[in-house]
Amino acid sequence: MFPILNTMPKMLPIAKIIRETSHVKTFVFRHQLGAKPGQFINIWVPRVDEKPMSVAMSNDVEFWLTIFAVGGMTKRLHEMKVGDLVGIRGPFGTSFEYESGDHLVLLGGGYGAAPLYFLASEAVKKKCTIDFIVGARGKEHLLFLDRVKKLGKNVKLHIATDDGSVGTKGYNTQILESVLSSVKPGNKKMTRVFAVGPELMMKRASDMCFAHKISCQVSIERYMKCGFGVCGNCCVDDSGERMCMEGPVVDHLRARKMKDFGAYHRDKVGRKITF
Amino acid sequence: MKVDLSVEFCGVRFPNPLVLASGILGVTAASMANVVRHGAGGVTTKSLWLEAHMGHPNPVILTTEHFMINAVGVPDAGIEKAKEELAIYNSMKKAPIIANIIAGRKSDYGQIAEEIAKLNPDIIEVNISCPNVEDELGKPFACSRDDAAAVTREVKRRVKKIPVIVKLSPNVTSLLEIAKSVADAGADGFCALNTWGPGMVIDLETRQPILANKVGGVSGPATKPLTIKAVYDLYRATKLPIIATGGMMTGEDAIEALMAGAQLVGVGTAVHYRGIEVFGKMRDEMGKWCTQHKVKKVEEIIGTLKY
Repeated sequence: MFPILNTMPKMLPIAKIIRETSHVKTFVFRHQLGAKPGQFINIWVPRVDEKPMSVAMSNDVEFWLTIFAVGGMTKRLHEMKVGDLVGIRGPFGTSFEYESGDHLVLLGGGYGAAPLYFLASEAVKKKCTIDFIVGARGKEHLLFLDRVKKLGKNVKLHIATDDGSVGTKGYNTQILESVLSSVKPGNKKMTRVFAVGPELMMKRASDMCFAHKISCQVSIERYMKCGFGVCGNCCVDDSGERMCMEGPVVDHLRARKMKDFGAYHRDKVGRKITF
Repeated sequence: MKVDLSVEFCGVRFPNPLVLASGILGVTAASMANVVRHGAGGVTTKSLWLEAHMGHPNPVILTTEHFMINAVGVPDAGIEKAKEELAIYNSMKKAPIIANIIAGRKSDYGQIAEEIAKLNPDIIEVNISCPNVEDELGKPFACSRDDAAAVTREVKRRVKKIPVIVKLSPNVTSLLEIAKSVADAGADGFCALNTWGPGMVIDLETRQPILANKVGGVSGPATKPLTIKAVYDLYRATKLPIIATGGMMTGEDAIEALMAGAQLVGVGTAVHYRGIEVFGKMRDEMGKWCTQHKVKKVEEIIGTLKY
């Protein structure tokens, strides 16, 4: 009568660990997760904590989680070794939407580049052309550049850093503006923007896309406890939509109706925190 | 045939008997309004504390096809957030709201009740029965006849006109003894029941409990007959109005609870099993059952169990 809705964690050994930057590692698991670009999982480190993380790659044989050592759980995860077990629940949430042959403009801020790489790697198989714009504080925080370069001639990489250590000095949204300005009205290819990163960056990107009347999807990160639509901690104002179910990927026109988009999020007890 | 699904509970008219149970999707006004948009006849807030309360670390909720187990640990930001969110809910109100309150000490129940009463909820529900904060707070007040009555008396004294219902714990030797004691102390109704247990789930690979709190309250489809029996007992023993909560998944489940003596039906875990659309689905299933059985007003079913 009811669908099988087992959300128990699946215990998986870490199959491989790739160091990306001084604070970022990619954890590889040999398991067919079946995630689509934009979706997330909950990763449980026994005795420590469980957190939602976006999926950086998922195919028939393995999936990747690219994780920044920022808090207690992620630091503990960074100390773990190949063969150590973690619990995985998911995939959960919505994914990026596009059609074969579209022109995709990907805007990754900081660690947002990882899920966008997953999107790009899928989209190139569907004959999409891609402008991949990444931005970070400095060279040492840029992720996945070599992998993006290997995606082939249909992917053009643009880099911005705050300190100018590589690429254009300034914000990645400045590059986005020039890319959007070059989109000719009546262009046969559908242009879609996908922004993942700090919410204020996504808000700026959305403002630009709105002005240019270009389609845009953003990934709204909110504090999640369950990940499957029950706890109510990730609901946005005033629609009450759950970002673990009706999100995290939403069309920016929907995001723009959220009172909290670019303004505030909520902590683990539901208190508003301004960006 | 047009079926009237509305029900009066403690003097408050609910457009249908399905209320969002406390603890599910009740963090913000927007979320509760969204639940009403999906067909709920009313909502219950997540438990409200006077001061901020952190709750337990993750993982906090696990599910299988048979049960849900949770040890969220009643997190809340405290009274200031409650003021803001209840004002928002009331400004766009489409269905009654039940404010669920909680405290660690008996005297604090009075204070939170008084503060919450100022925010004009339709009903106040007193949570004295959460099974997953025992390490922190000790045995729930719902497990002692005297403590349960003392809390009820204190809350009633402080809130004046607003109806007060008490959320009972199933984890007691005699539910009726507690219920009668709470009724004598002035409770206007009951919510039956809170989650069961606590229970535990172990991961075989690591040989560790999965919930960070190790133990949690159990809910879900299999608890329905336990809820029905509790409602049946309470209805016969006290005649106070009852919200039947626990394992309510379908419109037929709700009808069954009404027959046993409930006025309202709490829907929580079902959000996981049937999606947020469950409220509209259950409402329509109730309407269909009533039509098939030539019941014009759903209220006519309440307490009609033959025995």
